[in-house]
Amino acid sequence: MNKKKRLLATTEDKLVLVLYVSGMSPKSMEAIENINRICADQLENSFELEIIDLYKHPELAAEQQIVFSPSLVKRFPLPKKTLVGTFADSEKVIKGLGILFK
Amino acid sequence: MTMKLSLKEIFPKTPSGIEGLDEITGGGLPKGRPTLICGSAGCGKTLMGIQFLVKGITEYHEPGVFVSFEETVKDLAANVQSLGFDLEKMIGEKKLRIDHIHIEKTEIQETGEYDLEGLFIRLNYAIDQIGAKRVVLDTIESLFGGMENTTLLRSELKRLFQWLKDKGVTAIITGERGESTLTRQGLEEYVSDCVILLDFRVIDQIATRRLRIVKYRGSMHGTNEYPFLIDESGISVLPITSLKLNHSTSSEILSYGHAGLDKLFKGNGFFRGNSTLVTGSAGTSKTMLATYFALSSCERKEPVLFFSFEESPDQLIRNMQSVGLKLKPFIKSGLLNIHSSRPSLSGLEMHLLVIHKLISEHKPKTVIIDPISSLVTVGNNSEVRAMLVRLMDLLKVNQINAFFTALTHPQSADYFDFTVDAVSSLADTWIRLTNHSDAGIRSRTLSIVKSRGMGHSNEINEFVIGDKGIKLKNNSSAK
Repeated sequence: MNKKKRLLATTEDKLVLVLYVSGMSPKSMEAIENINRICADQLENSFELEIIDLYKHPELAAEQQIVFSPSLVKRFPLPKKTLVGTFADSEKVIKGLGILFK
Repeated sequence: MTMKLSLKEIFPKTPSGIEGLDEITGGGLPKGRPTLICGSAGCGKTLMGIQFLVKGITEYHEPGVFVSFEETVKDLAANVQSLGFDLEKMIGEKKLRIDHIHIEKTEIQETGEYDLEGLFIRLNYAIDQIGAKRVVLDTIESLFGGMENTTLLRSELKRLFQWLKDKGVTAIITGERGESTLTRQGLEEYVSDCVILLDFRVIDQIATRRLRIVKYRGSMHGTNEYPFLIDESGISVLPITSLKLNHSTSSEILSYGHAGLDKLFKGNGFFRGNSTLVTGSAGTSKTMLATYFALSSCERKEPVLFFSFEESPDQLIRNMQSVGLKLKPFIKSGLLNIHSSRPSLSGLEMHLLVIHKLISEHKPKTVIIDPISSLVTVGNNSEVRAMLVRLMDLLKVNQINAFFTALTHPQSADYFDFTVDAVSSLADTWIRLTNHSDAGIRSRTLSIVKSRGMGHSNEINEFVIGDKGIKLKNNSSAK
């Protein structure tokens, strides 16, 4: 955990994402699957993705202001952005994250 | 009817800690179930929630969780500090947890299906951390602001309320008043156990707060609108005490504090717990009689609460001193409490609430309201009558000797005067004072119109006022 948390300070180019899910619910599984796919397809290596199960770390829900599940938080680059849902529409996700393609 | 007997076991109650509310609900909020408190902005929802938690901690040893969707912990703590609620200290002692849920709507985007599991986990964690028995969600409807999928949120809230029940916590959920529904999102459909509506309205430029129990499943409750007050000790609700006439009566006879006046009654005074009404136009020495009444109670070492709506305490003391009635020593010894305020400062209900509060604080044996007619000016007739009945009832139940003065207009007959009409039938004894001029001399008279359960003089007694107070003329034994 702590090791992962330190990843906050990464290089400028990298997108820092944290996905909060609640256990092994169908929505959680779907979200994880979709995010992995989007990242692999579109972001190649320019991202850091951390997946946190709120059941295992309930204190993080309050610390990180998580209400909805699943929630994908883009920590870096700013502005901070939160996407909620199962991320089925990859275009919407890309747009929501504010990623511009060259 | 057989069901009614077992309701208490099926639906146990949790004392709310809000003065008066527990009386209306017959014991408090439904234990282990959610209660919805709704009302427009500024009606006291948040405060009611906080007081529920704070009293739960300080009086019933039940830790509580406050989930705030609007105010930060700091703001909340600052807002209730003036009520003597030290939230920071309770948080430090792990008896209270405040979770401020801050959602920046501009940062959030919906991409498919989601749920409120994050909130559930947060809440569960907070409850378990301190072993909370009470939970307040203030105001959960703010979740809806800016979100597209309201159907989904609605079903999630329904799940949340069920979850709270399963968790066994007694919860308060607040909701903002909607246009045609009790709450904007129709939460009342989901929280079906107990719904309380708060209202804040202005009638004749006087603001009054009212509370009504819209529903309370499986419980008897008062259905009226009850005025409530927010003051330095938090929220208190004015319940209408039972309007049954089953109070006990005493046959002990007490003195009016004036030998001449006592003599006009067969029993040489009045029965303990009686109410006396004195009517008269301006300057007929109603207040003076009230002062005699107060002093006699003080001499019996029985505390007096004197509501003076026209004179300040100092003015009253000075004026009575001029006719040889000394109030000061009894104020010093604490037997006499004079409470002065302008009647138009607040609504009639507020006055009654204040009277109610002061009575429960000081536990007086004698209450004087001088004049009761000034209270009448601040409400409409039907309200006034209901309020006076409540007041009389409160005094009777507590066996308090009551003394009211009422100002009447010299020309009009008593029965056209509303106050007299409203009070006279409730009062046990009615003394009428007059002040008229014949042949260049003003003469004062005192007569007894009625006295329940006691014979009395039928004469119109002339009297004069001198340095030593009231002196009845026709009465040889008068002072």
